[in-house]
Amino acid sequence: MAGKIITISSGKGGVGKTTTTANLGLGLAMLGERVICIDADIGLRNLDVMLGLENRIVYDIVNYIEGHCRLRQAMVRDKRFPELYLMPAAQTRDKNAISVSDMKRVAHEAAELADYVLIDSPAGIEQGFRYSVTPADLVLIVTNPEVASVRDADRVIGLLEAEGWAPAQLIINRIKPDLVRRGEMLDADTVLDLLAISLLGIVQEDPNILIASNRGQPVVLDDHSIAGQSFRNVARRLRGEDVPFEPLKSPSILQRIFGAR
Amino acid sequence: MNLLNRLLRRRDPSGQDIAAQRLRLVLTHDRANISPGILALLKDELIAVISRHLEIDAEKVQVNFTEDQRETRLVADIPLMQARHRRSSD
Ligand SMILES: Nc1ncnc2c1ncn2[C@@H]1O[C@H](COP(=O)(O)OP(=O)(O)O)[C@@H](O)[C@H]1O
Ligand SMILES: [Mg+2]
Repeated sequence: MAGKIITISSGKGGVGKTTTTANLGLGLAMLGERVICIDADIGLRNLDVMLGLENRIVYDIVNYIEGHCRLRQAMVRDKRFPELYLMPAAQTRDKNAISVSDMKRVAHEAAELADYVLIDSPAGIEQGFRYSVTPADLVLIVTNPEVASVRDADRVIGLLEAEGWAPAQLIINRIKPDLVRRGEMLDADTVLDLLAISLLGIVQEDPNILIASNRGQPVVLDDHSIAGQSFRNVARRLRGEDVPFEPLKSPSILQRIFGAR
Repeated sequence: MNLLNRLLRRRDPSGQDIAAQRLRLVLTHDRANISPGILALLKDELIAVISRHLEIDAEKVQVNFTEDQRETRLVADIPLMQARHRRSSD
């Protein structure tokens, strides 16, 4: 049976799509799933460094599409989890190097080899967005609890509905429990109410994410990170497990003093 | 809204409330693909058209969008002028 194709999208840039893709890819692999992560952000390759796989890239997705290598050659295997692969974006090309039908073909071929294919979509709602969401069985919309980001998320959800694309689920990222409690930040309920789609996960602001991306070791691997726990839970929900939403936790005094863990 | 705020009976709307309110408005207009200025125009035209047939209280006319899940509808509330010489029965 072919694997499930999940696209991570947002409209707005910098909200945490690549972070989410890397952590869910690893999170699913940790649960024993075969995963292929496709970096669809052609020209702005990033998923490789988030996953810590940048040094092992030989070929990329555009090389494969243009027939310069075989599919397997365009996939970098993760040493931590040999059932996890990255298909890197081309760095020196642009989004026009891939068409909607190219991406459809690649995603479906990848789905024959994996349980989950995760596509990290570029920002925007143009060509890169289109070829990223077209093959999807499910679109994860990442948003931050702020006006501009929620607005862009709504636009993407509207486009998915209008075009009859895949159903969407929401991940609210970078929520700050202290600010929500003081009434200075949108809370998850309000965002959900406005966007009116189902919730898959809430990920708190966590300084470990920066540390993790510096090292190429996503937080999902870190047992002590609050965000890591949230990503592990999202991975389990994706597999259909009924995992309750974790309560918002403020960092402990120690975590505050030392910045991170 | 937390307990402290409620105890202090803060009168200013919180950043959270303001953000939610502003979002509600932009989302409604985005979804309907209509700018806020158009809505005012539409209201004036509605009043003009309906006034040709009915005596309405133009001051009190309200034209707004309402949202139910992701469905948007345009709701016009158009009060009629009190009919002074209404027949008691037909
Ligand atoms: N939950 C979080 N807590 C702290 N920093 C985060 C969190 N999620 C993302 N970031 C940071 O935000 C930045 C943008 O994230 P990224 O995943 O590259 O966004 P996108 O792919 O949507 O452009 C990165 O520097 C990342 O480290
Ligand atoms: Mg990205």
